[in-house]
Amino acid sequence: MAGVSNGHDGSSFKMPSIKFTKLFINGQFVHSISGKEFETIDPRTEEVITKVAEGAKEDIDVAVKAARVAFDYGPWPRMPGAERGRIMMKWAELIEQHVEEIAALDAINAGKLYHILKGGEIPGAARTIRYYAGAADKIHGEVLKAGREFHAYTLMEPIGVVGLIIPWNFPSIMFVGKVAPALAAGCTIVLKPAEQTPLSALFYAHLAKQAGIPDGVLNVVPGFGSTAGAAICSHMDIDKVSFTGSTEVGREVMRAAANSNLKPVSLELGGKSPLLVFDDADVDTAAQIALLGVIFNKGEICVAGSRVFVQEGIYDEFEKKLVEKAKAWVVGDPFDPKVQQGPQVNKKQFEKILSYIEHGKREGATLLTGGKRIGNKGYYIEPTIFSNVKEDMQVVQDEIFGPVMVLKKFKTIEEAITSANNTKYGLASGIVTKNLDIANTVSRSIRAGIVWINCYFAFGDDIPYGGYKMSGFGRDFGLEALHKYLQVKSVVTPIYNSPWL
Amino acid sequence: MTSLTNTNGDAASVNNLPTVTFTKLFINGDFVDSVSGKTFETIDPRTGEVIALISEGEKEDIDIAVKAARHAFDSGPWPRLPGAERAKILMKWAQLIDEHAEELAALDTIDAGKLYHMCRNVEVPAAASTLRYYAGAADKIHGEVLKMSREFHAYTLLEPVGVVGHIIPWNFPNTMFYIKVGPSLAAGCTMVLKPAEQTPLSALYSAHLAKLAGLPDGVLNVVPGFGPTAGAALSSHMDVDAVSFTGSTKTGREIMQAAAKSNLKQVTLELGGKSPLIIFDDADIDKAAELALIGILYNKGEVCVASSRVFVQEGIYDEFEKKLVEKAKAWVVGDPFDPKVQQGPQCNKTQFEKVLSYIEHGKREGATLLTGGKTVGNKGYFIEPTIFSNIKEDMLIAQDEIFGPVLALKKFKTIEEAIKSANNTKYGLAAGIVTKNIDTANTVSRSIRAGTVWINCYFAFGDDVPFGGYKMSGFGKDHGLEALHKYLQVKSVVTPLYNSPWL
Repeated sequence: MAGVSNGHDGSSFKMPSIKFTKLFINGQFVHSISGKEFETIDPRTEEVITKVAEGAKEDIDVAVKAARVAFDYGPWPRMPGAERGRIMMKWAELIEQHVEEIAALDAINAGKLYHILKGGEIPGAARTIRYYAGAADKIHGEVLKAGREFHAYTLMEPIGVVGLIIPWNFPSIMFVGKVAPALAAGCTIVLKPAEQTPLSALFYAHLAKQAGIPDGVLNVVPGFGSTAGAAICSHMDIDKVSFTGSTEVGREVMRAAANSNLKPVSLELGGKSPLLVFDDADVDTAAQIALLGVIFNKGEICVAGSRVFVQEGIYDEFEKKLVEKAKAWVVGDPFDPKVQQGPQVNKKQFEKILSYIEHGKREGATLLTGGKRIGNKGYYIEPTIFSNVKEDMQVVQDEIFGPVMVLKKFKTIEEAITSANNTKYGLASGIVTKNLDIANTVSRSIRAGIVWINCYFAFGDDIPYGGYKMSGFGRDFGLEALHKYLQVKSVVTPIYNSPWL
Repeated sequence: MTSLTNTNGDAASVNNLPTVTFTKLFINGDFVDSVSGKTFETIDPRTGEVIALISEGEKEDIDIAVKAARHAFDSGPWPRLPGAERAKILMKWAQLIDEHAEELAALDTIDAGKLYHMCRNVEVPAAASTLRYYAGAADKIHGEVLKMSREFHAYTLLEPVGVVGHIIPWNFPNTMFYIKVGPSLAAGCTMVLKPAEQTPLSALYSAHLAKLAGLPDGVLNVVPGFGPTAGAALSSHMDVDAVSFTGSTKTGREIMQAAAKSNLKQVTLELGGKSPLIIFDDADIDKAAELALIGILYNKGEVCVASSRVFVQEGIYDEFEKKLVEKAKAWVVGDPFDPKVQQGPQCNKTQFEKVLSYIEHGKREGATLLTGGKTVGNKGYFIEPTIFSNIKEDMLIAQDEIFGPVLALKKFKTIEEAIKSANNTKYGLAAGIVTKNIDTANTVSRSIRAGTVWINCYFAFGDDVPFGGYKMSGFGKDHGLEALHKYLQVKSVVTPLYNSPWL
C-alpha cells in the first residue's frame, strides 16, 4: 500500500493569507456585477479555502471593453517590443520574489506538490515570461520576392483582444504559457482561470500591475465555463481564443467562435499518450520513467503516458520493477517534501477516476496494484496499474486524468507503432531505446505532437507543444506560440526603375 | 446606357468553345458516376442554358473519396516521396496546364461568365505559376533545431497534416483550385476537393491533367456536388484532418461548426470582404478613377477583395466623380469570348438577382445613383456598372458584400476620417491606398485592419505574397510560404544529451 504522511511537517509551513479574491479588470480588483461568489476548495481536506468573486457574462463584457480600449488606444501595442519586454522582465522578477506564496496557493488550490512548485513550476513560469519578453522585439515580417515589379512585405501585427481559458492542472504554467506570448505580441487579454484554481491567477494579476503592465491590458475574470467561458468564446469583440482543457469543452469553444464572429481558436485538448519501451532499455530506468509518466502531478496532466507498451523480452522484469516502485510511492500532504503525490484536484475528478478503475476491473483487465482510495479525508488515490488490457477497453481509449496506467506487452516494432497510434488523440508519446534506428523510425511513425526519447515531460521554453488529431491544433511555447497572437498583413506597392526585383 | 456588344456567332468565339469531356467524379484515379447515379446541370450564364450534366456527389461519394485519400496518405507513395520527386510531378502538371491553357480558360468562361482573354492570358498561366511555386517549395519544408536551457537535443518536424478537404468557390475556379491544391500537395497531403456546384468543369479537367502528370491514384480526388450534401459531409467527416475553405461568411460558419462537432479538424477560412479604396488629394485623378473602376468591375465584381467602398478626399472629389462616371459609362459589357468586352455576365441567376436587389435597396436607402443600376439585354445575367454616391456608412450597400459591379462612393476630409471609415466594417480582407506621399502611405497601411494593403495598385497578387483576412474575413493564408502551414503540423522531438560540449 502506498505510504501516507498526514499532517506532518506540512503543518509547520506558514499558510499564506489569501489576498486576492476579486475580479481583476482594468487594473482594479472589483466585485462581480451580480455580487455572486463561489467557493474554492482545498483538496487535501475538502474544506473551503475562501470565496472568490464569480464573473459572468456582464463582467466579461466589462473586461472586454477595457481590453478593447487598451488595444485600440492604449500604450501596450504601440510600445516598442523592447519596452514590453522590460515590463515583462520586471514581472518575472516579482514572481521570483514571491515564489513561496504563489507555490502555496497552487498547492492548496490544486493539491500539487509544494516542493515541485517552489523549486520547479513557479521559477519555470518566470523563465517563460522572460523567454517571451526577449522575443517581443524580434517579431519580424518578411520582405517578399515578387515575380513582377512590386515591393511587397508582411507585417506581423498583434491580433487584438484575446480570450484565454486555462485549466486547473498547472495553474501557473498554463497562465504564463498563454499570457506571455500574447503580451509580447502586443495583444490585450481577458483570461478566465479554471473555477477550481483561481488563486494564483489573481496573484499574478496583482504582480503584473506592480510591474507596470498598463490597466486594461491584462484582465482576469474567475468564473465558470458555462457562463464566463461561454461569454468569452461567443464575444463579438474578442479577436482570438486560446483554450487548454477537455476535448468536450474544446468543441464548445470552437462552435461558439463559429456562431459568433468567426474568431480563430487554438485548442490544446486531451491525450492518451503511449510510452514504448524496447528490449534494449535499462529496465529500472524505464520503469521509473513509466511510473513518473503517469503519476506526475497525480496523473492530472494532458501528456501523461497513460498507456505503456513493453517489448516481450523485458516485460516480466519490467512489470515486477514497476509494481515495486508503485507500491513504494508516497501519497500524502503536498506540503510534505517527502510526498510524491498529492490529492486529486476535486471531488468530481476523484469520483471519475475511481469509476474508471471499477470499469477497468469489470472490463477484465488485471489489477496489478492500487485501485483504492487512501484515507477518508481528501481526494487521495493509490497509484494504479492494469495489465492484460485489450486496446478497445475504455480504460485504454478514454483519458482518465488520474494515477491509472494500462500496461501491455508487444512483440515487434510495427505492432508497437500500430498500438501507439490506436487512439483518437495525438498529444505526446515516449520511446525508450538506445537504438538510433528504432528511435528515428518510431519517432517519425507516431502521430503525436511531442515525442520524448529516453525521457518524459522534457519541456523547454523554446519547444513548441500541441496536439495532432483530436488533441487539438495550435502550439504553446516556442516561437510558434507567438503566431497564435499575430496576424499577417501583406503590403504591396509597384516599383519603378528598380535595378532588380 | 452601357453598350452590350453582340458577338453571337462571331467566328472567333465559336472556335474557342470547348467540348466538355469530364463530367464525372474523379476518385482514386478514375472518373466514376456518383453512387446514387444523380446528376445536376451546369449552366452557361451568357445564355441561361445547360452546358452539361455533371455527376452529383453526396455523402457516400465523399466517404469513398476520403477512404481513397486516407489509403493514399497512410500507405501510398505520395507523402513518402522526397519533396523533389513530388516537385517533378507537379512541374509536369504545370507544363500540361500551359499546353491546355485554352481549354481550361474556355471552361471557366462558359461556366462562370469570366472574360476569356483574362482567363487565357492571366489566370490560367498564373495557376501554372502557382503550382510551380509550390513545387519548388516541396523540398524546402524545414523544421528547426531548438535551443534548450538544459541538456536536451530537441527539434521540430514539419509533417503533412493528412487528408485535407478543400471547398472552393465559383468566382475563380482555376485560381482557387491551384492555390489550394498546390501547397497541400507540396506538403505531402492527400485530398478531396469539392468544386463549387456552379463551376465544376475546370476542376475535373485539372484532375485529368493531374493523372496524366503522374499524380498517384487517390492523392487528389474531385467530387462535384452541393454544399449541404457533399460540402457538409467533407466538413464533418471523422477522417479528414483539415479543411480549407474559401467562400461566403455564412458557409464559413457552418464549416467551422461542423468541424467542431465532428473530429475537431483544423479549419482555415477565406471569407467575404467590403474592402475600402482610399484616394488622397495628391492622386493622379485619371489613374485613380481607372483603379477604382477596375477594383469593383474586375471579374464583374465577383471578387472577395473587390474595392466596393471608395473614399475620395474632398480636394479632388468632384473631378474624380466625373471621371469615374465617364469611364463607367464607356465600360463594355458583353460576351466574355469577345476580346473587346471588359465585363461578362454574373455567374448565375441567384447572384444576378441578389445584385439587382441590392441596387434597389441602395436607391430606397436614399443613396444617389450616379450611373448604371439596370440589366443589360434580355438574355443571360448582365448588369451595368453601377455607382452610388452620397452614401451613409450604415447603409446596407455600404456594409454588406454585394459581389457584383456595384460601388459605393464617399467623400472624406482628413486622413483620420479616412482610416475610421476604412475600418468601419466587420470585414478585413483587403484595402487600397492611392497617394505618392510616403508618410500617408505608411500611416494608413499600418492603420487599416485588413490582411492585404495595396498602395497605388489593386489586385496585385503574387505567389510569394500571403493572402487572407482579418476580422470576419477569416483566418489562415493562401499564397506564399505561409499557406504551407495550413497543411503541415509541428512535431517536437526531444532526447537527453550527455557529455555535449555545449547546449
